[in-house]
Amino acid sequence: MHLLRLVFINLRRHRVRTVIGAAGIALGVATMLSVVGLLGGAVKMFERILRSDAEMVVFEKNVSDLFFSNVDVAIADELAKQPFIKSVQPVLFSIVATPDRPVVTCFGIRPEDGRLQKGTWLQGTAENFRHDSEGIVLGERAADFLKVKAGEKVALGQHSYPVIGIVQLENGFENGGVFMPLTLCQKAFRKEGFASILSVALATGHEPKAVKDWVNQHQPRLTALENDEFSKSYSQFKILKTTAWVVGGCAFLLGGLSVTNTMILSVFSRIKELAITRVCGFSRTQVVTMIFGESVLVSLLGMLLGWLLSFSGLWILREVPALQGYIEPRIGWQELLGALALAAITAILGAIYPAWYAARLKPASALRYE
Amino acid sequence: MIEVEDVWKSFDDGKIQVLKGVSLTVERGELLALCGTSGCGKSTLLSLIAGLESSDRGRIVIDGRERATEAERVSLLRREIGFVFQLHHLMPDLTLAENCLIPVIAVGTSMAQAKIRMTELAELTGVGHRLDRPVRELSGGERQRGALVRALMNDPQILLADEPTGALDEENREIVFQLLLDLTRKNGKTLIMATHDQEMASRCDRVLRMRDGAIIAS
Repeated sequence: MHLLRLVFINLRRHRVRTVIGAAGIALGVATMLSVVGLLGGAVKMFERILRSDAEMVVFEKNVSDLFFSNVDVAIADELAKQPFIKSVQPVLFSIVATPDRPVVTCFGIRPEDGRLQKGTWLQGTAENFRHDSEGIVLGERAADFLKVKAGEKVALGQHSYPVIGIVQLENGFENGGVFMPLTLCQKAFRKEGFASILSVALATGHEPKAVKDWVNQHQPRLTALENDEFSKSYSQFKILKTTAWVVGGCAFLLGGLSVTNTMILSVFSRIKELAITRVCGFSRTQVVTMIFGESVLVSLLGMLLGWLLSFSGLWILREVPALQGYIEPRIGWQELLGALALAAITAILGAIYPAWYAARLKPASALRYE
Repeated sequence: MIEVEDVWKSFDDGKIQVLKGVSLTVERGELLALCGTSGCGKSTLLSLIAGLESSDRGRIVIDGRERATEAERVSLLRREIGFVFQLHHLMPDLTLAENCLIPVIAVGTSMAQAKIRMTELAELTGVGHRLDRPVRELSGGERQRGALVRALMNDPQILLADEPTGALDEENREIVFQLLLDLTRKNGKTLIMATHDQEMASRCDRVLRMRDGAIIAS
């Protein structure tokens, strides 16, 4: 029997306390991973909307939200003529309410935009989606919640539009969105001649710098960023990611308090036992190691349970029909390592006071303790 | 040899003076009984000898060395001193074997050899068949015999016993005390036992009487 075995035995002896401590950590980990995973997934989904076969995004400088960005579509046509450009697709984003849904995202795109071609057309065909079309295409999920089929009309904001097609799209936001021909979208939202962003694909062999230079020179009101640059600098993404980690971290700290509580209870309820280990020859270091070992094991157990809980919870959310396509959690190794690091920190911080207290115990006095 | 020289000890910031200049010498292999009423300072003296507490004044020398530092005191408890209390102080949810192996974990010696020694000691003390049982299932006498096994696991030269039979019935009191005498005498160990029991004290090599924190007679 070694010290580690004794640590296991101590945790086994106080199963309820161990489980409560681990449950606190598990809930903290699960909350953190779920919040980070869900918001991270949402950010990734939005990033993919912007990318859509393009390497760069051009939008209005210093806007806090792309929905407020206004880029003259004529610039797209001008930029598209440059030799370093393969294609430029203007996209207008807007949000509209329906009687049942407070938020429906509208995408104003040109027929040449590849995103509708990538989907599976459930009703209608891509040929119906033309520049001059008055009809709209719905993502499959949008058609579900708006309860319309191709050929019917749907009320969006102030107007009604005929539905000319329904497309199943991989991206949750797009699958729950409404696609309008760009000109129709501009008219509907009184943004004639404007788009929110330009999605820019580079010609083979050309560097993003060429686009940046051109934009700086000809359109100083706009900014051109590579997709990764955009993801890192876009303030909405930053806010979402920071919020996710702060909320998750707070949840985790609450879990951490349960470990501290567990360890404090653990030490205070066995003062005599700890004194006996000292009488049996345990050094202060061994006592401290034992307390930290128990705390680390409780935290590890909690973290594993938390991983399990969060993966199960997110899987269930993803499978819920009402949320189909909207939930695309992303829990990568960074998030898992983040949870592991927080669990380790929690274990250590949670055990500092109990371990310090246990190490300071005077065996003779502790044995007289009632 | 244990030499206690003019040892003073107080508690509660000096308000309670427990030991008042105690001096004594215990030879190697000697069985010494410390007698006296409750509160006379017997247990405190044993704690000081074991290094569980520090004296206010005076010194305690064991085999020619004073154990002043924490590391020296830990070493003393690991290798040189075994302690048996009035209450067994075994961990009730652990098996008797797990309890007995705690001193071995502290030292970090071979577990295989320790288990052989544990089995031998447990057989000698009559609890060999109870090693795998949780302590809570053992009788009072078995628990105290288990505590004796634990105290002897690292083969200490000195055994300190603080009222080791005080919580036992008459039959078990005799069994445990006789075991204590046998195991120490046969192996040439030194025993210092605090006790109220005059009859048991008289079976030791020497008896010291304490009153109000001082040795009054031998």
